[in-house]
Amino acid sequence: MNKTLLIIQREYLSRVQKKSFIIMTILTPVIFVGIYAVVILLTIKPGEEKTINVVDESGLFMEKFSNTDAITYSYNNINVEAGKELVTSGEYSGLLVIPNIDLKKPEGITLYSQQALGISVERNIERTIKNEIEDIKLKASGIDKAILDSIKTDVNLKALNIGSGGGTGEEKESNSALASGIGIFTGFIIYLFLFVYGTQVMRGVVDEKASRIVEIVISSVKPIQMMMGKIIGIAAVGLSQFLIWIILSTFLWTAATALLMGDQTINSDNTEQLAEQEVSGNANSRAEMVGQINSMIAKTNLPKILGLLIFYFVTGYLFYAALFAMIGSAIDTEADAQQFIFPIILPIIFSFMMYGAVINDPNGQIAFWLSMIPFTSPIIMMIRVPFEIPNWQIFLSMAFMIGGFIGTTWLASRIYRVGILMHGSKVNYKTLAKWFMMKN
Amino acid sequence: MSTILETRKINKSYANHQALKNLDIAVPAGSIFGLLGPNGAGKTTLIRIINQIIAPDSGEIIVDGEPLKPSHIEIIGYLPEERGLYKKMKVGEQVLYFARLKGLSRSDAMEKIKVWFTKWDIKDWWNKKVEDLSKGMAQKIQFIATVIHEPKLIILDEPFSGFDPINANLIRDEILELREKGSTIIFSTHRMESVEEICDHVALINKAEKILDGPKSQIKEEFRTNTFILEHKGSIGLANGSYTIEASSDIEHGLIRSVLKLKSGTPNEMLRELIQQTEIHSFVEQIPSMNDIFITKVKSVNA
Repeated sequence: MNKTLLIIQREYLSRVQKKSFIIMTILTPVIFVGIYAVVILLTIKPGEEKTINVVDESGLFMEKFSNTDAITYSYNNINVEAGKELVTSGEYSGLLVIPNIDLKKPEGITLYSQQALGISVERNIERTIKNEIEDIKLKASGIDKAILDSIKTDVNLKALNIGSGGGTGEEKESNSALASGIGIFTGFIIYLFLFVYGTQVMRGVVDEKASRIVEIVISSVKPIQMMMGKIIGIAAVGLSQFLIWIILSTFLWTAATALLMGDQTINSDNTEQLAEQEVSGNANSRAEMVGQINSMIAKTNLPKILGLLIFYFVTGYLFYAALFAMIGSAIDTEADAQQFIFPIILPIIFSFMMYGAVINDPNGQIAFWLSMIPFTSPIIMMIRVPFEIPNWQIFLSMAFMIGGFIGTTWLASRIYRVGILMHGSKVNYKTLAKWFMMKN
Repeated sequence: MSTILETRKINKSYANHQALKNLDIAVPAGSIFGLLGPNGAGKTTLIRIINQIIAPDSGEIIVDGEPLKPSHIEIIGYLPEERGLYKKMKVGEQVLYFARLKGLSRSDAMEKIKVWFTKWDIKDWWNKKVEDLSKGMAQKIQFIATVIHEPKLIILDEPFSGFDPINANLIRDEILELREKGSTIIFSTHRMESVEEICDHVALINKAEKILDGPKSQIKEEFRTNTFILEHKGSIGLANGSYTIEASSDIEHGLIRSVLKLKSGTPNEMLRELIQQTEIHSFVEQIPSMNDIFITKVKSVNA
C-alpha cells in the first residue's frame, strides 16, 4: 500500500473517529435548521392569547381593532381606574386608554399592563390607530379610501441577465438579494473551513514535531509525503464534514418545508409582520414565503455553485494548508505561531471583509482582480459566482488557483523538510529563507 | 567478515558548521557497533543520513552491498534518541501504523506484533491510548515499533536513556537476541558503561571526524599502558628497575595497594621479583575502560 495513502488514512481516521467530530458534524445542521424552525414556529404560534380592554374616550376607534389569534379586543367604556383594577385582577392582560385626541397630534394613548405585552401587540395597536387616523384624515380631505386602495400598485422588478450567447435564449431570472445571500453564505463556508482546517494542519504538524514522531515517520517516508498525507487527510475530513452537512441540511430543510407548507393555521397578521422584515415583502403567508425561497433556489444554478464551491473549497484549502503546514514545521510550540500566522490569515479575513464591495459591483475591477489572486479568490469568487459572471473569468481564476496551490505546496515542502528536524532554533523570516534555499 | 554498512568520505555541512568531515566507517555484519562521541560530534547527523532523513553533501553510503536507496528503509530499524508516539492513538494501531510505514503488509504486521505482545505479556495494552502509558511502557512500545519489521540493521540512538534498570536489562537482552538472529546493531551513545558491556566494535567521532575505530578488544589492546595493580602486605622496592611504582596507598586489613608500570620484561618476571620481596594478595592488570580511552582520545585531539 502506498505510504502517502497510509498517512492520509491515519490522519483521516484519527479525526473522524473522535467523538467531537461526530457530534459537531451531526449537530451543526440540526442546530442550524432547528434554530430557524424555532424562530418560524414561535412567530406562527405566539404564546398565550392576550385580551385587551379598550377604553375609547374619543369614540373614534370603537370596533376598529380586529381580533387575531393572539389578541382579543373588547370595548368597555369604564373609567380608567376600574379598568386598571380589571388588569390587576387578571381579567384582562392589558388596558388601552385612548383619550380625546387631537388628530393632528395624537398624544396620551396609553397601554396599561401587568407584564410587558410584547412588541407585536404594541405594533398591532399602533398600526390600527395610525391607519384609522389616516383614513379619517383622508376622508376629511375628500379622498375616498377605496379610490386610494385602487391607486396602490405593487411593482416587482424582474431583473434578467442576458447570457453571453447574445441575449436570445440564455436569459435567466436573477435576484440580487438571493445572489448576495448565496454568495455570502458560500464565501463564509470557505472562510470558515480555511480557518478551522488550516489551523488543524498547523497544529498537527507542531504536535508531530514536538513529540518527535516526525523523526520516526520520515525515516520511512519522504517529508513531502508526510506533509501531503496530513494535508490531504485533513482535507478529506473537511470534505466529509461538508458533504454530511449538505445532505443533512437538505434533508432537514425539505422536512421543515413540508411541515411549514402543510400548516394551515398560519396567522396572517403575524406573518405580515414577519414579511415586513423579509426581502420579499409581498409574501402573504409564511408558507408562501418558504415556497418562494425554494422556488428561487431552484432558479439558481445550484449544481454549478455547488461544483465551484467544492473546487474552491479544496484548492483554497490546499493553498492555505501548505502555508499552515510550513508554519507548523518552523515553530516549536503553537505559542510561537503568532508572528507567522498573521500574514497568512490577513488575506483570508480581508477577502471576507471585501464582500460588500464585491456584491455592490460583482463585475467591477476590485471584484475581478480579487477573484483572480489565489490569496483571495476562493472566497471572492464564491461571492461573485451567483451573479452570473463570464465563464472565462471562472476558468482563469481556477487555473490561477491550481497554479497557486502547487506553488505554496512547493514553497512549504522546501521549508518543511528542514524545519521539522530543527528544534530550539529561533526562527524568523531570514531563517525560513535560508531553509528554503538549503540543498537537500 | 562482511560489512552491512559502509560510509565513504561523507561530508555534511550546515549553514555555519561542518557536521561530518570525510567520515569513513565500516560496520561488520552481525556486530554490535558502538558509535561514540561527545554531544554535537555529528553522531545524529550520521544516523539521519543513514536513515535517509537528510542527504550528505558528498560521499557514498553502501548498505548490504548496494548504494543507499529508498527501499533500504525496509531493512533498517531506527529508534531516535528523542522518541514520540501519537498520544491519542491506541497502542496496537500505533505499532501497526509504524510497521506498515516500513513496508509490512497488514496481516504480516499483525502477526509480528502479536508475537512481541505475547512475549512481553502486554496484550492487554492493545486498546490503551498512548497517553495512558507510563514513560517506560511507551519506550517498550517504541522499541517494538523499531524492530517489528525484523530489520537487518538496527540503529538505536541512546537506547537506554530513560529506562529503569529492569527494563534496561530487558532491552539489552533483546539487543543481544536480535544479534543472535542475525541483525546488526549500531548504537549511538555517550554512556561508556553500556559500550563496555555489549559492543564489540566501536567508532569514536569527535568534531565531525572519526578519531578512532575498530574492534573493542583491539582498541583496548592499543590503549594498554602496562600498568598493574598490586595488593601486598609489606613494602616493596624497585629491584632491577624493570618497573616503576606510580602510586602507593594503604587499604584495609593492613594491606597496601600499589600501581606499578612495567618498563621492560614480562609481567611474570615482575611478579617473580615482587614475590621475593613481600606477600602478594592480588595482582591485576589495569585495563583502560572505554571511558578512559574516550576521554584520553578526545582530550588529545582537542589539545
